[in-house]
Amino acid sequence: MSSHAETLDHGHHDAHGHDHEHFHDDHDHHEESFISKYVFSQDHKMISKQFLVTAVFMGILAMMMSIFFRLQLGWPGKSFPILETFLGKWAPGGVLAPDMYLALVTIHGTIMVFFVLTGGLSGTFSNLLIPFQIGARDMASGFLNMLSYWFFLLSSVIMVISLFLETGPASGGWTIYPPLSALPQAMPGSGMGMTLWLVSMAIFIVSSLLGSLNYIVTVVNLRVKGMSMTRLPLTIWAFLVTAILGVLSFPVLFAAALLLIFDRSFGTSFYLSDIYIGGQALEHTGGSPILFQHLFWFLGHPEVYIVLLPALGLTSEIISTNARKPIFGYKAMIGSILVIAFLSFIVWGHHMFITGMNPFLGSVFTFTTLLVAIPSAVKVFNYITTLWKGNIVFTPAMLFAVGLVSTFITGGLTGIILGDSALDINIHDTYFVVAHFHIVMGASAIFGMFAGVYHWFPRMYGKMMNKQLGFAHFWLTIVSVYGVFFPMHFLGLAGIPRRYYTNTEFALFDSFSDINAMISTFAILGAIAQCLFLFNFFYSIFKGAKTKHNPWNANTMEWTAPTEHIHGNWPGAIPEVHRWPYDYSKPGMPEDFVQQTVPLQNGEVESH
Amino acid sequence: MNWLIIFTVVLGVLAVARLLKVMELSAALRGGDVNDITEDNNKNNALTWIVFGVLFFYAFYWQVKNYGALLLPESASEHGLKTDMLFDVSMWIITPTFFATHIFLFYYIFKYYHRKGQKATFFAHSTKLELIWTVIPTIVLTSLIVYGIGTWNEITTPAPQETMVIELYAKQYDWTARYAGKDNQLGKASFRLIDGVNALGIDVKDEAASDDKIVRGEFHIPVGKSVNFKFHSRDVIHSAYMPHFRAQMNCVPGMETMLHFVPTITTAEMRVKTGNDKFDYLLLCNKICGASHFNMQMKIVVESQEEFDKWISEKKTFAQEIAPPAPVAATVDSAAVAADSTKVDSATVKVVAQVH
Repeated sequence: MSSHAETLDHGHHDAHGHDHEHFHDDHDHHEESFISKYVFSQDHKMISKQFLVTAVFMGILAMMMSIFFRLQLGWPGKSFPILETFLGKWAPGGVLAPDMYLALVTIHGTIMVFFVLTGGLSGTFSNLLIPFQIGARDMASGFLNMLSYWFFLLSSVIMVISLFLETGPASGGWTIYPPLSALPQAMPGSGMGMTLWLVSMAIFIVSSLLGSLNYIVTVVNLRVKGMSMTRLPLTIWAFLVTAILGVLSFPVLFAAALLLIFDRSFGTSFYLSDIYIGGQALEHTGGSPILFQHLFWFLGHPEVYIVLLPALGLTSEIISTNARKPIFGYKAMIGSILVIAFLSFIVWGHHMFITGMNPFLGSVFTFTTLLVAIPSAVKVFNYITTLWKGNIVFTPAMLFAVGLVSTFITGGLTGIILGDSALDINIHDTYFVVAHFHIVMGASAIFGMFAGVYHWFPRMYGKMMNKQLGFAHFWLTIVSVYGVFFPMHFLGLAGIPRRYYTNTEFALFDSFSDINAMISTFAILGAIAQCLFLFNFFYSIFKGAKTKHNPWNANTMEWTAPTEHIHGNWPGAIPEVHRWPYDYSKPGMPEDFVQQTVPLQNGEVESH
Repeated sequence: MNWLIIFTVVLGVLAVARLLKVMELSAALRGGDVNDITEDNNKNNALTWIVFGVLFFYAFYWQVKNYGALLLPESASEHGLKTDMLFDVSMWIITPTFFATHIFLFYYIFKYYHRKGQKATFFAHSTKLELIWTVIPTIVLTSLIVYGIGTWNEITTPAPQETMVIELYAKQYDWTARYAGKDNQLGKASFRLIDGVNALGIDVKDEAASDDKIVRGEFHIPVGKSVNFKFHSRDVIHSAYMPHFRAQMNCVPGMETMLHFVPTITTAEMRVKTGNDKFDYLLLCNKICGASHFNMQMKIVVESQEEFDKWISEKKTFAQEIAPPAPVAATVDSAAVAADSTKVDSATVKVVAQVH
């Protein structure tokens, strides 16, 4: 017994000694090798950059895909040589093939939702900001963190490889509903393409779980002295809750994918029953395709918030900093994050109102779904009040943050329509849905991500991104986002289904061809705008102007650390925290910001 | 040509890179940092927000004006009037909210852009305000929830007795409609009985099947009478979408789904109402189902009871359809299919039949 305790004590001592040596003596004169610094890095700052750059490349792919299918939708049947250049046999004569159209739609969705807005957004900013903003040397486990990135990269690579298969990538829609996704007879993409999709997602889930567990442990255990939970920046609250959502919901998707793999490859019948396809009756009986939808959306709905909450966290921070005002209703903001997260687990059925579910169940899901509007409304009102009587500095990050507030309102409000089961009957799976989720989740989350990149770029690379290009990027982007997605509400209300290769088969939809051409034009404009960002991003990494220390005069901990990257973030002891992060323009203070590490002055009351 | 494009793009990128460097150096000469946000930046961006806001609202108005006319015509079913009403009420709640919040947003970011010597008001919290904007949305949403669920419950009640039963049968990539016939009972069917002649896999031994009538291409329904649709799929999930009737239901292999509605406007009347003499009601597929998903349609004709009776009386019953080559042949066919299935399978067929 005593010897055991001794060993523990000894171990602890050793670790401590190692820490000490590492952080105070070693970093100045220890040269890391190229491999350990840039490739197999365990440093959260480098891992965050790895996530970001990988996500940027995946984002480029997904964006190109959207342009390809928008060409077909805008000008159906017209020949575009660029399509044949990129897609070869899938676009004979420059006209997109119907199978490839579905494949592009599927992989565009998959990459955007999982690789850009989950892996890219959480992976980049949770990694960068959690240790920095809570005052930690690094993540709780640098090794797991490294694994998390490498699994992410592996799953990205597999997803990209699936694009080059002879039968094409998965093409049953990003929600991969069986039996369509389960049976290669149903569509070519359900062959090897679907297998790779499932393998890639399984690995992605491993990456996500390793990352999330690490984020949770780090936030709970490694906060610096004085950093109580109610002094955490809202970014960290958002990342923490996001990670918890991920840990609770991704395993369910894993289960769903695993059972689908069994059905596809090992002859089980979890999701299949009574099927006659390709001229023969299949042996599968007793399964239910609806079971898959329940499992999928049990992840799928929290996933919406896994995508959105980090974006909301980032913008809370950016809006407060640049309005030079404390975020309004800090505790209400935390409360709404928690309420949204809780509700996100009991609303999944609203994706399934017309699957033939018991109508009583439909009314329960309508009830819980519409409740989400309450905490969301609170967040919007709090953002607007934060701007009221502020002193607003329009950095590119701030523009995107305000853009998020706008898209969050616009897209959120149409959720009140879609969440109502009686109304969902007629607009389910129409362009109204496409408009809704692209605005509320796609645009908002990507705006949050852009805001984060512009705001924390100096923290990541020690350089500034060019502001003029940033302004142009924002204005073109918000115009094209609304230009693309706002008219889609009308298409949906006119009864046009989504995932149609062309609407020309129906005289009913003929009057919409001009609108579709206009939408595609805005989409191309949007893509051009993203080129400004890409240029700015890569140019600034290498040639950007050097940043000064704390360029935005922000309060949070990451700006107290030196601009140069050092292993362990702070040389010497980590400064203690004495206040919340939102003391902007506090009366009686010499400047319009007070960093969290500044002790309370005599007679000063701490704000919350 | 391609090389020329690539060359031009590369040149353009290099030019922009040079330009940025020049801007940076000239800013340094003036003693500033090229990326400092200047007072001009703040003012110009604030002004742009106002311009954007005005255009945004104008675009909204323009779209409602121009696209509003292209939306679906008035509901051609009884329950659709109720959901359209619910939709209108919801729109009357969310549209003013959309405008109000955006007006505040645009106005504040314009009014409070950064100026030298201006200080932000330290205003972190107000229980009163937060209570107001928690309670008001709660009240509004509670009313919407009660109204919405009420409507949902009204329109999802089981179909009244004596409602005409029609099966809509989906497969890649077409629809088949089967009328239940005089007995108003669909004959049993199983995917194991499907063959070239019997595309729906109807059990020829089932009495109820003999008077069923199978139609393709278009199906007719009488105006003012409740119709109870039963949906099946033989391969993947499809979704039967009849937008003019505000009706949609998934067709799921291995299970039966259903919905019922009362059509209220005949095709002829709707042609007058829409001013389009080619107008037709349509059944579309609205769940991704494969390459030709975009062209899986069936025409729906709504007509008077007399017209309908005449139309349906001209259709062959299932018994008549399979009769000419002698019904024995069909039975042998289906028996042949069943022959290679095991005992377990025939047991499952029974279960399936029960479910149906």
